[in-house]
Amino acid sequence: MDHILVAKNVSKTYGDHKALSNISLEIPENCIYGLLGPNGAGKTTFIRIINQITYPDTGTVLFNGKPLSPEHIALIGYLPEERGLYKSMRVGDQALYLAQLKGLSRSEAKKRLKYWFDKLEIGDWWGKKIQELSKGMAQKIQFIVTILHEPKLLIFDEPFSGFDPINANIIKDEILQLKEKGTSIIFSTHRMESVEELCEYIALIHKSEKILDGKLSDIKKSYKNNIFNVGVEVSEESGSFLDTIQERYQVLTSNFDAQERQLDISVQLADNETSVILSELSQMAKINRFEETIPSANDIFIQTVNNRDNDR
Amino acid sequence: MTGKLGLIIKREYLAKVRNKSFIIMTILSPILIVGMIVLIAYLTKVNDSEKRVVAVLNESDFFHEEFGSTDHLSFVKFRDLTLEKAKDSTSSMGLYGLLHIPENEVLEQASNQSYLYTKDNPNTQITQQLEGIFQRKLRQERLGDLGVSSEQFSSIEKPFELNLSTFEGEKSVKGITEIKAFIGGGFGYAIMMFIIIYGTFVMRSVIEEKTSRIIEVIISSVKPFQLMLGKIIGTSLAGMTQFVIWLISASLLLFVVVLVSGIDLSALMTEVQSTPGAMNGMSQFSQSLDNETILYAREILNIPWVLLIVSFLLYFVLGYFIYSSIYAAIGAAVDNETDTQQFVFPVILPLMLAIYVGFFSVFSNPHGPIAVGFSLFPLTSPIVMLMRLPAGIGEGGVPLWQLLTSIALLIGTFLGIVYLAAKIYRVGILMYGKRPTYRELVRWLRY
Repeated sequence: MDHILVAKNVSKTYGDHKALSNISLEIPENCIYGLLGPNGAGKTTFIRIINQITYPDTGTVLFNGKPLSPEHIALIGYLPEERGLYKSMRVGDQALYLAQLKGLSRSEAKKRLKYWFDKLEIGDWWGKKIQELSKGMAQKIQFIVTILHEPKLLIFDEPFSGFDPINANIIKDEILQLKEKGTSIIFSTHRMESVEELCEYIALIHKSEKILDGKLSDIKKSYKNNIFNVGVEVSEESGSFLDTIQERYQVLTSNFDAQERQLDISVQLADNETSVILSELSQMAKINRFEETIPSANDIFIQTVNNRDNDR
Repeated sequence: MTGKLGLIIKREYLAKVRNKSFIIMTILSPILIVGMIVLIAYLTKVNDSEKRVVAVLNESDFFHEEFGSTDHLSFVKFRDLTLEKAKDSTSSMGLYGLLHIPENEVLEQASNQSYLYTKDNPNTQITQQLEGIFQRKLRQERLGDLGVSSEQFSSIEKPFELNLSTFEGEKSVKGITEIKAFIGGGFGYAIMMFIIIYGTFVMRSVIEEKTSRIIEVIISSVKPFQLMLGKIIGTSLAGMTQFVIWLISASLLLFVVVLVSGIDLSALMTEVQSTPGAMNGMSQFSQSLDNETILYAREILNIPWVLLIVSFLLYFVLGYFIYSSIYAAIGAAVDNETDTQQFVFPVILPLMLAIYVGFFSVFSNPHGPIAVGFSLFPLTSPIVMLMRLPAGIGEGGVPLWQLLTSIALLIGTFLGIVYLAAKIYRVGILMYGKRPTYRELVRWLRY
């Protein structure tokens, strides 16, 4: 697989503060890559290095296989977490200015802006000043400006902050469409539910070090612990059924709904026990549900960070 | 890359020029300045036009005709009063003072025993004027003893003015040194004001980009140095625009004043070019007046204007770049304008020093050691050198080596300071939250 971005042993120190130590990442093309980590972990520093706002002390970053250089700036779009617009400048002038700074010609920028303003239904904002707009409205404009020059790599740092749920959804759909069109996307956030929804790959940075990275589904698999949720409809007395199960397996929790005669249990299994328990259960009761619990990205995040802190 | 710089310059320029306060300042400043000059002139006139009255109690046989009124001083003669009574009347009448000349047959002794009584310490001007009267009388008396008649004395007493000329034989006039210093001072002052006003604009603009959080969006497209440079250039162009508007409106105003007051400007211009000898037909009085006007006009035309304007531009551009890049660094280091005070003060200090040194030291001795030193030191040279330059380059003026050294030092400092300021700027624009100390600023230089 081709990689849009490869970082090799990147380190960065500010005075006495180590912002990144020996980070190596490979970001595949045409995917959404989640860059996760607690506040102050070094995510922003890493993103700034990709944008050539700062430079690494050691290590290299390859963009499309070539060392990062100024001509790549036009191929990258960046929506920073700390973002804003000139308050007293008109929306249209401002969007044109920022688009031209990314290398678009004035006429091309105007054409594309018109398309996007119509698409997001904000065409009548063109002549307004930013100070007349709400925060969410300004965010929409920032989003458009970020993607307008059709970069190969988009970097979103907390893109949904400041949006109401409806607009957040519109932006999420736009991000997914961009990915469909072949754009690679780095997505930095604390909101784990959007990581689950969007990211195929993640990297977890903690205290300037990378502590986890890979395909999200693979990571989840490796974090599975063979706990299964089972729901059965029992005919006889639930107590005896539960006793039989508990004799043979390690039941973690159980809950019985007497009216519906519905018993829910979660059970810890050893490897390769699934087929055995399934056949046993099917003889004793009607199985409604049998599923393996898969850890959420949130669980993985908290667990990994805590483990790391406890190890020290 | 230059295209991006151009875009930034354009945006900064338009943002400044379209700003309401800029438009208001551009219109209002000349009105304020003219108003201030008129007010100062009026107040000075009011202050000077106060006429003082001095009572004279003359018990001697002398000084019967000598106490005549002048512009600032007039006299009231007291007769047949005792000194005490005269003092009382003087203060009750609210007069300025009492001059008492005691009874004595010898002029010298009468003079020596005379007193001026006043309420407070007497005004030096009045004392000098009175002393002049005594002096003249005494001189006349002594010369009379040597056989000089009073008519002869009067003819001797005619005022005399020395003719002034340069070595090249051009006629010179008094006060031209002051005029030159004044013109140089004007240029120096203009540079200082410009640096402070537009440096502050640059600083505010940097702070605005930080507080509105647009900065990171922009520097993901352009280098921080380009942004800083574009900002400084764009703002200076806005300043130039303001300057040109003022220059044009001042010329228009002058033109209107000339029209209204009926001065024949073209006549003045031709007279300046013609020789004084061509005006024999004119009356004695007007000829002498016009001669002087012509001499002044010629001296003013003789000031090396081209040199002055070229060096004004050069020193202005370099000085402005040095200071405004420091201002940009300060803006980048802080989060809001109230935090700038502690950093701005040390920046303004050399500018103020330059102005004071200029007004006190350069005016009295344009080529003395202090003037030379400050016109070489790069943080003060843009102001002090311009104050010296109206005297020209070379003999009698600024030695060429000093001018060149000063410019070379300025360029070197410019490069060094812009380099350091850009480093602080680059780090500072992405730092939020706390006001850095000087120690931290130094550390940023190594990031």
